Amino acid sequence: MALPQRRTDIGPPHYKDFLPPVIQKNYGDWKYHEILNPGVMVHVSNKGEKIWTVRVASPRLLSTDTIREHAALAEKYCGGYIRYTTRHNVEFLVSDEKNIEPLLKDLKDKKYMVGGIGPRISNIVHTQGWVHCHSAACDASGLVKALMDEFADYFTTKSLPNKVRLAVACCTNMCGAVHCSDIALVGIHRKIPIVETDKIKNMCEVPSTIAACPTGAISPDPANKAVKIKEEKCMYCGNCFSVCPALPIADPVNDGVAIVVGGKVGSLRSDPKFSKLAIPYVPNNPPRWPEVTSAVKTILEAYIAGARKHERVGEWVERIGWESFFKATKLPFTFQHIDDFTIARETYRNSAAFKW
Amino acid sequence: MPKKYQTPLLDELEKGPFPSFVTEIKKAAAKNDMAADELGLLEKSYKTKRGYWKHGGIVGVRGYGGGVIGRYSSLAEEFPNVANFHTVRINSTSAFFYTSKFLNEMCDIWDKYGSGLTNLHGSTGDLVLLGTNTENLEPIFAEFSSRGWDLGGSGSAMRTPSCCVGPARCEWSNIDTLEINYAVTQEFQDEMHRPAFPYKFKFKTAGCAVDCIASIARADCSIIGTWKGKISVDQKEVAAYAKNGMNITEEIVNMCPSQCMSYDGKELKIDDANCVRCMHCIAKMTKALKGTGEKGATILIGSKAPFVIGATLSHVIVPFMKMEAPYDELKDLVRKMWEWWDEHGKNRERIGELIIRRGMREFLEFIGIDPIPQHVKEPRRDPFYFWTEADLQKK
Repeated sequence: MALPQRRTDIGPPHYKDFLPPVIQKNYGDWKYHEILNPGVMVHVSNKGEKIWTVRVASPRLLSTDTIREHAALAEKYCGGYIRYTTRHNVEFLVSDEKNIEPLLKDLKDKKYMVGGIGPRISNIVHTQGWVHCHSAACDASGLVKALMDEFADYFTTKSLPNKVRLAVACCTNMCGAVHCSDIALVGIHRKIPIVETDKIKNMCEVPSTIAACPTGAISPDPANKAVKIKEEKCMYCGNCFSVCPALPIADPVNDGVAIVVGGKVGSLRSDPKFSKLAIPYVPNNPPRWPEVTSAVKTILEAYIAGARKHERVGEWVERIGWESFFKATKLPFTFQHIDDFTIARETYRNSAAFKW
Repeated sequence: MPKKYQTPLLDELEKGPFPSFVTEIKKAAAKNDMAADELGLLEKSYKTKRGYWKHGGIVGVRGYGGGVIGRYSSLAEEFPNVANFHTVRINSTSAFFYTSKFLNEMCDIWDKYGSGLTNLHGSTGDLVLLGTNTENLEPIFAEFSSRGWDLGGSGSAMRTPSCCVGPARCEWSNIDTLEINYAVTQEFQDEMHRPAFPYKFKFKTAGCAVDCIASIARADCSIIGTWKGKISVDQKEVAAYAKNGMNITEEIVNMCPSQCMSYDGKELKIDDANCVRCMHCIAKMTKALKGTGEKGATILIGSKAPFVIGATLSHVIVPFMKMEAPYDELKDLVRKMWEWWDEHGKNRERIGELIIRRGMREFLEFIGIDPIPQHVKEPRRDPFYFWTEADLQKK
């Protein structure tokens, strides 16, 4: 069968074609919203018109069967309108109040996890991992699944001092928002890449490989038309491998997961913050990474016990001080915690006022 | 019938309340050879604790330099159906609104030409079609583009811009995030589809400083809505929040970062001149408080993940820009920034890294912006700075 005529540079369709009528009518004219329960909120316009949002969890990796099911539910209860969030949740956009209860019942029967709105753990932003990425130091979807099973109650019912944004990146390339999340996991390596000297001249460009190294650990090896790596300078970031496939760094024995905490992107109350290192290494232990979920639980429970209402993880830690964070969580403080990279001197303590 | 693999490790991840990605792969694997081999390959990764995907190769559709990410398995003989298993990025809609009609059509095309696996959405915001082989790429592109859908960005190009839900369903949005997102995407189609930059360039547009799209952390150009007038206060609604149990002094007044609020048990007062528009009070008392007056956006530049110099957040370049269609001021600024980056950027150097390497002065002078205190958290601490001949001539 002949293919339809292709078109180029048309960009995406206009979003207005995908907005429910009540949104088109009240676009930019919303007055307030209320969170009715962890999975349902209502937005009310200045005209008094309403739209209800029912949010459900998603693993992000979806089969066409499941997307068709989303579409069927949207058709049955939402006039065919649906959206996805930046955190990969699904949002059913209900214009008719009497459809909410039947939709919730249908979702429950189909075993969807409804929730994630308000001061809770919402879906986890994450990367491809072993499912589809060349540079993954760990899987991502599996870690997400293990964590969200552990903390499911904080999605569906229980509330927290404020929202807690979790993220998972399967390597330090950090395609997920790990560097600014409340609690985040990042896959790390701990040994230098293997230099496949014979392959480099055919597979890699030497200058860009050298330039990819943040610590200047890579130098030319002109005799072999290859490169050398200075072991004592390498921080195992893997950026050279992204540029040069003949420098493999994946290592099933030594790769693992680092846990960082205290980041946020919003400006509410305090400026956006980077996540900082809490645990430098947890072993890579699929399929359910019990050491990782247990470590995250320790941090989350310390936050719940210590934070004031509306404080994000990073705001709580800054108020009590990092020395108190390590005390409250009983996490060991190690050489790996002290920055020796690009902003080291900004992180040293320049004051004699601290807690014991 | 697709090959059936034993997956004892992955089966563990079908247990528990959160929806399982393994179940998703299995649904596709029941009828699709590629998805079946993907499942088998993933089980092997779980056993050996390592991935088996190789670097992307040059692969795509005619006339485009991006939108498809080549992906090849290093175990092509063991899992032949994922020997090549490329990602196709479809440019999502503004704020990810869809209709059931489109989703069903997408599934029809993808079941026919791909693995039946997707990401809704990828980290940058593309509608990701996960895994197909090289010969299917042109048919997929013809099917989508003939229905009005285009590919997203990849490589050293403008990446698919994304935005928060904005005025479509949020009372806090100061700008039309969906329209800005659409306008930027349409304006720079060539820059998106034919990579010509030193490295990637991302736009993210947020309606307010809550920043639900994480623009300040994840975009080379962060557009964040804000306002210049007062916060209007509905004292009746303030009283209602107090009556419903909110401790306004503790939860609102004491948490205001600029300490510009007071509450005497009856009236909430705001010293607007000292407000930094952080959104805390408005977010917690949405029925009572609202930003008013002139609306626009702060334009910030330069956030990215850690490679190479460590993670960066975007920093203020234009404190306030009116954001009215057709957004010429924004487009002109972007073109100017790109011109400078094109001229000086090294291979794989993001614009934020270039600004750090060559200095804010050169960047600001090139784009024609005068220095103001809002550009920095604090002035420099050292006495080592440049003077130009022109500076010396100034009286």
